[in-house]
Amino acid sequence: MILQMNSIQKSFGGLEVLKDISFHVDEGEVVSIIGPSGSGKSTLLRCATFLEKIDAGEIRYMDKAAVTTNEAGRAEYVSHSELAKVKNYFGLVFQNFNLFPHYSVLKNVMDAPVSVQKRPKEEVRQEAMELLRKMDLENRADAYPCQLSGGQQQRVAIARALALKPNILFFDEPTSALDPELTGEVLKVIRQLADEKMTMVVVTHEMPFARAVSSRVIFMDKGVIVEQGDPESLFGDTQEERTRQFLRNYQR
Amino acid sequence: MTFSTMLATMGEGMLRTCLIFFLTLLFSLPLGMVVMFLRRSRFTLVREITKIYIAIMRGTPLMLQLLMWYFGPYYLFGMSIRGYRFPAIIIGFAVNYSAYFAEIYRGGIESIPRGQYEAAEILGYSKAQTFFKIILPQVIKVILPSVTNEIITLVKDTSLAFTLAYNEMFSLAKQIAASQTSFTPFIIAGVFYFVANYAVAFVMERIEKALDYYH
Repeated sequence: MILQMNSIQKSFGGLEVLKDISFHVDEGEVVSIIGPSGSGKSTLLRCATFLEKIDAGEIRYMDKAAVTTNEAGRAEYVSHSELAKVKNYFGLVFQNFNLFPHYSVLKNVMDAPVSVQKRPKEEVRQEAMELLRKMDLENRADAYPCQLSGGQQQRVAIARALALKPNILFFDEPTSALDPELTGEVLKVIRQLADEKMTMVVVTHEMPFARAVSSRVIFMDKGVIVEQGDPESLFGDTQEERTRQFLRNYQR
Repeated sequence: MTFSTMLATMGEGMLRTCLIFFLTLLFSLPLGMVVMFLRRSRFTLVREITKIYIAIMRGTPLMLQLLMWYFGPYYLFGMSIRGYRFPAIIIGFAVNYSAYFAEIYRGGIESIPRGQYEAAEILGYSKAQTFFKIILPQVIKVILPSVTNEIITLVKDTSLAFTLAYNEMFSLAKQIAASQTSFTPFIIAGVFYFVANYAVAFVMERIEKALDYYH
C-alpha cells in the first residue's frame, strides 16, 4: 500500500473541514476525488502532502508511519528528518502550477533532483529532457514559464514533479486554472501516465476524465467520503442521493 | 581663487562624500536584511521591538540621529569621542538606512506568492535553499525600483555629515562660497549630485533590464 490515511480530522478555526476521513491508495491505482467546492478535497490533498497539519489521525506512506495519534487524541508527526524521507515518496501538481518564474523550463525540472537529491547533473539533464519530450515540450526547454501557455506550464510542472521519481503523484485540480481548450492537453498527459501505471490521486471537476481514467472514484461532501467505487458503478449505478444530485449538475 | 583650485579643494570633499555613500550601502544593505528578519520573527517581542526601532529611525531626523550617535557616548557615558567622528557618521547612516531597506525587503518578500514556498517545500528544498534560490532572486527583481529611490536619496543625504563638522563635499562648498563670496561652489555641488544620481539611475536601470527576462 502506497498511502494510507486513517481517521483524518482537520479543522480551521471552529470549522471542521475533514471529519474522520479514511482512505488508501494501492500501487498503480488512479484515484479521482470529486465533490463540490468546500467539500474538503483539496484540504485532504494538502494534509496528505503535509502542507497542512492534521489535528488527529494517521498517515502512512509505503507502510511507514509519518503521523500517528497519541493517547490524548492529537496528531503527532515524526521528526523533521524522518518526515523529509517520507516526502520523497510523493509529488504534488498544483492548480496554478507554481513554477519558478526565474528558472528556465529545463532548470525548473532539473534543479530539485540536482540540488535536493544531489544527483549528477548530466544524468539529471538527460532524464529531464526525456521527461520534456514526453510532455511534448522538448523544444521549449530554454523558455521561461512566462513565455508558455497555461497548459504548457502545467505540463512543465508535471515534469518537474516526475523528475524526483515519486512513488505517488497528487494533482490538485490540475486543469481548473486553464482555458477549456488547454485542459485537454494536460488531461492527455495524465492519462498517458495512468497507462504507464503511475500511482496518482487527482482532485478534479472533469467528470468524463475521472470516469475514463480512474481505477477508483471518491465522492466527498462536507468533509466526509459519501461514496466511493470503480468509476462505472459510481457514475452508472450511483447509490447515494447526494452523489446523484452532484452528478446531475454536471450533466446539464 | 580660480575655478580649478575650487574644483580641486572640493574634489577632496567629493572623495569623502563617495566614501560615506559606499560604506553606508556596504553596511546598510545587509543590515537591512537582518532587521527585516527580526521584523518578521515569530516571536512577538522581537517583532515589536523591531517595529519600535524602525519607527524611531524613520520618525526622527537623520541629522538628529547623527548628533546622537556622535555625542551620545560622551553625554551618556562620559566616554572620549576623539577620532570617533567618521565612525559615528557611518554608524548613523547605516543604521538609519537599514530601517528603510528592511521595510523595502519586507514588502518584496510579502509580494511573493505562497505557492512558491509550497512548491519548494514539496520538492524538498531546505528553508535556506528556498530563501536563497527561489525567493530572494524574485524579491530582488521586485524591490529594485524602490532601492534605486533610496540610493538616490542617500547620495543627497550624505551632505548631512556636515552636522558633525565632517568636511564632505557640500560642507566645503559652503565654506568656499562664504569665504570667496561666490556662487560657483554651489553650482559645482549641484552638478556633482546630479551626475552621481544619473550614474546611480543608469546602473540600476541596467540591472533592471538584466532581470527583465522573466516576470
